[in-house]
Amino acid sequence: MIRRIPAWLFPRLTGAVAWALAGLVLSLILGISLMAWPHLSWAAWVGPEGRASNPLDPRSVHLAPLLVGTAARTFLMSLAVIPMGILTAVYLAEYAPSGSRTARMLRWLIQVLAGVPSVIFGLFGLGFFVGVVGGGLDRWTGDLASPVWGRPALLWASLTMALMTLPVVVVATEEALRSVSQDLRVAAIALGATRLQVLLRILLPNALPGMATGVILAIGRASGEVVPLLFTGAAVATQGSLALNERFMDLAYQVFVLSTQSPDPQASRPLLLASVWALVFLSLLLNAGAAILRSRATPAAPDRL
Amino acid sequence: MLAQRSFDPGPPRRRQIAFDTVTSEALQNPVCIEIQSLSLWYGPTQALRSVSLIVPERQVTALIGPSGCGKSSLLRCLNRMNDLIPGVRMSGGCRVGGVDVQDPQVDVTQLRRRVGMIFQKSNPFPQSVFDNVAFGLRIGGCSGSELEGRVASALRRAALWDEVRDRLGENALRLSGGQQQRLCIARAVAVEPEVLLMDEPASALDPVSVGRIEDLIRELREDYTILMVTHHMQQAARLSDQTAFLHQGELVEVDRTDRIFSQPRDPRTEDYVTGRFS
Repeated sequence: MIRRIPAWLFPRLTGAVAWALAGLVLSLILGISLMAWPHLSWAAWVGPEGRASNPLDPRSVHLAPLLVGTAARTFLMSLAVIPMGILTAVYLAEYAPSGSRTARMLRWLIQVLAGVPSVIFGLFGLGFFVGVVGGGLDRWTGDLASPVWGRPALLWASLTMALMTLPVVVVATEEALRSVSQDLRVAAIALGATRLQVLLRILLPNALPGMATGVILAIGRASGEVVPLLFTGAAVATQGSLALNERFMDLAYQVFVLSTQSPDPQASRPLLLASVWALVFLSLLLNAGAAILRSRATPAAPDRL
Repeated sequence: MLAQRSFDPGPPRRRQIAFDTVTSEALQNPVCIEIQSLSLWYGPTQALRSVSLIVPERQVTALIGPSGCGKSSLLRCLNRMNDLIPGVRMSGGCRVGGVDVQDPQVDVTQLRRRVGMIFQKSNPFPQSVFDNVAFGLRIGGCSGSELEGRVASALRRAALWDEVRDRLGENALRLSGGQQQRLCIARAVAVEPEVLLMDEPASALDPVSVGRIEDLIRELREDYTILMVTHHMQQAARLSDQTAFLHQGELVEVDRTDRIFSQPRDPRTEDYVTGRFS
């Protein structure tokens, strides 16, 4: 049966599918760029002089504050997810007894976390961060009438995103730590290094490119994610403040709102196209960064094949 | 004077072991390493069977024997690298410079600074040449101009200085295979150990590099006690003062190298050194 399949079939079939996908991606990028191009004027980035954002008028919103908002929430998320992810991964790779029930259970739980739908993260962020943590802070400071922390805000959205992307960072970091050559570990131990010295001076520096790849992938995933933000703090327009306890503007959220709930689709079209373009190129940029880091992850040893 | 230091019992010992003298006659140097009835198990597999051996100071002792006979295991007992292997168990004892290696009071990181190790596959860190040699010194708290001086002298000691003096900032992986192995020797020597354990240090190198490593071992012998595993009979004959033959975890014979190769007492030794089995 298998012998009857002509030899040329599989190379062509697999090639055709792969190239069709590549063509799809390229035409997507090209199409978006062509459509967005006329709307990527200087005014689209910073807006006409002297006009404040008006939530009811999409023409008054522009790209710069959207990018700033997205950058702010991604930066805050990184501040939370990088230390949490690295500490967890170091424990799993170095200290948890290998093959123990604790380690296996922890790994399983992290996999579960990776599989939780983003809408659940959104609801959890609203219930836990906004309700329990923020509400608790307000109760503690005694101001219940006008909540300061117990409302959707930049900080809670960032922490929710951190939780969502935690598995990416943990898995990449643990993998990177494990792939540091055993020879290097043994060499350091034979020179009298303690376990902590091996970790700090050999394992972490050599795992850095792999860890950075994980962080960039996490940022890439989070920067384009909308659903958790619906519950935890994104807004169509703000006064432009970036306070931790205020709502914030966001690129991906703007795309979602403009494409589904715009009161005037014709008027909001330029901003929508510009936002879509910015979002696509943001993710391209981050993926390129991850690819560059990955290629550096293997040190250039001239005697290696 | 050196004899005094070697027989000095060192810090207080908990476990006292009676040591018989098991060594080659006519080796005049004082004792550096005493191994007494040492047995070693990896899980249910016994790797060493009651091995006793005395290694004199500032001489080269070669360990020969077929693959899997326990040579490397014996080396790794002396700096307790076997601790890294789960399920390892030891009985009997060994003392380095009078200190019982397995004494629970011994700081194992300090022990490994006294007993340096060179591996078969050179394993420089993917860092600069300087940082490689500085590694052991830095974790010992050395810094500044003292660090620079000690790195340079270690590189000179390993006969590498002239080749790398202008390349100290370069990644060590760019050095040739033989240079990498000498860099590893410099890295081990930098922390000024008493003993150098060498596990087939030249087996993965080209003949020219092997020659350089052998010259280096001859020089290092002036200052360090060297215990070397080798599969290369001529190398053992050329380099070592004393040779020990291990077979299936048992120390069959130890003697002055010339006698091991010219008039071995045990027929198994004779078979091995004449190449009748490997």
